[in-house]
Amino acid sequence: MKQAWIASLPVMAGYVVLGIGFGIILNNNGYSWIWSTVMAITIYAGSMQYVTANLLAKGASLLAVALMTLMVNLRHIFYGITMLEDYKVAGKEKPYLIFALTDETFSLVCSPKLEEGVSKRGYYFWVSLFNQLYWIFGCTIGSILASAVNFQFKGVDFSMTALFVVIFVEQWESQKNHLPAITGVCASVICLLLFGSSDFLIPAMILITVLLFVEKRWILSESDDKTRKNQEGESE
Amino acid sequence: MSAFQYTLAVVAVVSLVTGAIRFSPFLIFRKKTPGFVLYLGKVLPFAIIGMLVVYCLKDINFLQGSRGIPEAIAVLATALIHKWKHNTLLSILIGTILYMIAIIYL
Repeated sequence: MKQAWIASLPVMAGYVVLGIGFGIILNNNGYSWIWSTVMAITIYAGSMQYVTANLLAKGASLLAVALMTLMVNLRHIFYGITMLEDYKVAGKEKPYLIFALTDETFSLVCSPKLEEGVSKRGYYFWVSLFNQLYWIFGCTIGSILASAVNFQFKGVDFSMTALFVVIFVEQWESQKNHLPAITGVCASVICLLLFGSSDFLIPAMILITVLLFVEKRWILSESDDKTRKNQEGESE
Repeated sequence: MSAFQYTLAVVAVVSLVTGAIRFSPFLIFRKKTPGFVLYLGKVLPFAIIGMLVVYCLKDINFLQGSRGIPEAIAVLATALIHKWKHNTLLSILIGTILYMIAIIYL
């Protein structure tokens, strides 16, 4: 438990601050802090929660919400595949470990350096739990804080844009082949121009998926390195 | 659907889809994961973050108001500071504060 706590400290800083940002945005959109807490408990996915706050404000259809979630979070499949074997040590807590496997948690459980005598099973559980507690704390505090000071943080929703710009830069630098990133931007801009800002999301997601399959041979020929996936640990 | 029901439905959908994604490897891909899922899981994140950046900036009007200048300044600043320092929280904080100031004056 102690090792898990020490290992999770860097995540604490990130989760609390990002959680506070999310809480403020949700509060600005007119939702009480309870929603912020509920989302932190049931969704527990950083960037997707930011997007959810936005989709709620726009009144997006449930189909668009489902598709968006699928696209944004599909990368989590990799974390599960990687942990298939390691998580076999877990017992009753296994469903929770799987539920709580976020980018940050994955970065801590995928290759832990444990001292002698520390059980992996305990480490997995406590890291997962601590991380989610930080996240719940951040989201709740941010939302309560925003309602308490009763100040319209005009422009604070830009933190979502900034978060994605940061991830974009990180990913760009981690990859040699920029075709997927370029495809994402170009396909989205094209669909935005064609369908307008309120309807472009679903066409963009379809176009991106189709293009990625069309470009498969060029994407795979240059960069076939699965280890890079692991570096995305910091992305949420 | 009332506003409350709509919010509840959205939160439920996001939770369920996210949960389904996280559980799927343990439930269905235990033996073999289909190649196209592996491929998409590998390349989609890069394309989707690009899409999300566009999504965040989709309501900019280049002809009216501040003409997207605050957004341009803040996005550039965020990206440059991040390339320089590689500190996620610092980049987000400075970018956001810059934006909040820019929309007051521009």
